[in-house]
Amino acid sequence: MLDLYSPGTSPIHRMSPGAKILVMMLGGTGLFVFDSLPIACAAFVCVLALYPVAGLTAKQAWAQIRPLLWIFGIFFALQWWLSGLTVAAFVVIRLATLILLASLVTLTTRASDMIDTITRALGFLRPLGVNPAKIGLAISLALRFIPVLAQITREVREAQKTRGLERSVIATAMPMAIRTIKMADDISDAIESRGYRP
Amino acid sequence: MDTKSIVYIALFAALTAALGLMPPISFAGLALPPITAQSLGVMLAGSIAGARRGGLAMVLFVALVAVGLPLLAGGRGGLGVFAGASGGFLLAWPISAAVIGFLIGKSSGAGFLPMALKIGFGGIIVMYAVGIPWMALVAGLPLTKAFTIMLAYVPGDIVKVILATIVTRGIRRAYPNF
Repeated sequence: MLDLYSPGTSPIHRMSPGAKILVMMLGGTGLFVFDSLPIACAAFVCVLALYPVAGLTAKQAWAQIRPLLWIFGIFFALQWWLSGLTVAAFVVIRLATLILLASLVTLTTRASDMIDTITRALGFLRPLGVNPAKIGLAISLALRFIPVLAQITREVREAQKTRGLERSVIATAMPMAIRTIKMADDISDAIESRGYRP
Repeated sequence: MDTKSIVYIALFAALTAALGLMPPISFAGLALPPITAQSLGVMLAGSIAGARRGGLAMVLFVALVAVGLPLLAGGRGGLGVFAGASGGFLLAWPISAAVIGFLIGKSSGAGFLPMALKIGFGGIIVMYAVGIPWMALVAGLPLTKAFTIMLAYVPGDIVKVILATIVTRGIRRAYPNF
């Protein structure tokens, strides 16, 4: 499965996904409760130090922050103008810390392990009529549909290109939507005709 | 829940992910930030699949992003996205889709404008109502400033509302008893 997981055997990799999420939530809440620049800086350094512990490179840490640089820039400039340099630095460092912490959980946990944890955690909802097996079916179907939809889009685009309509959004979107819904109907018929009872 | 609903939930979660594969469009040059097609998936989930299926499809999508699949535009994903400035918008997707589905209901004979207004209410107003306070919180900004930043995205969102309305009406004509 294509995910953001980075393989490894560090203590952080071996922690259970549930424990990691719990620590992350506590840490994130802590950053909002104790809001001061020194604490945010200390937390930033601590989280950054955990990356080598997990066997991750500085490049991987940077890749978590890079797509957000422009929004960091906007926030920094606005805060500097509104409340001064200290607050601006604090807000950006806190945001960067939160993102690095959460990304650390994602980078050290397989998506399949995370899905297993969630499905198991949802077991307590069973008395309310939630069926974990159906959730499992929905997850695997969704993951299978993504490449199929990309394929349908390509086919419709090619067909419209021969008609000179490749730049028309509607001429692409409509047949795509109708084909997709038809496919969904066929698949649910196929599942039912095989006697699926979760 | 019947098999058909499960398939539709998976389908609209996947559709939203597939829309993230499209490159962002900048239609006004550098004057406005580039828009991604992804929130079109939210609107379509609500307007085509209905409140329950559409809302659950977005819950599934958000859960898949949270467990670390790179399904957001630009290949982003994981828990870090929720800690970021746009995390609130992402969390609003299920609510947004459910509101759109609830407002439109089974009214297949609705005209263009009423449907566009319903999709716009769920897809823009509801989404911003959750997303902007979240952004203000994580960035420590006053609400009004966060609101001003988001104004730049409104034109792109209006384009998506119009597209979603055209597609929904087309689907309802092709599948009258959907």
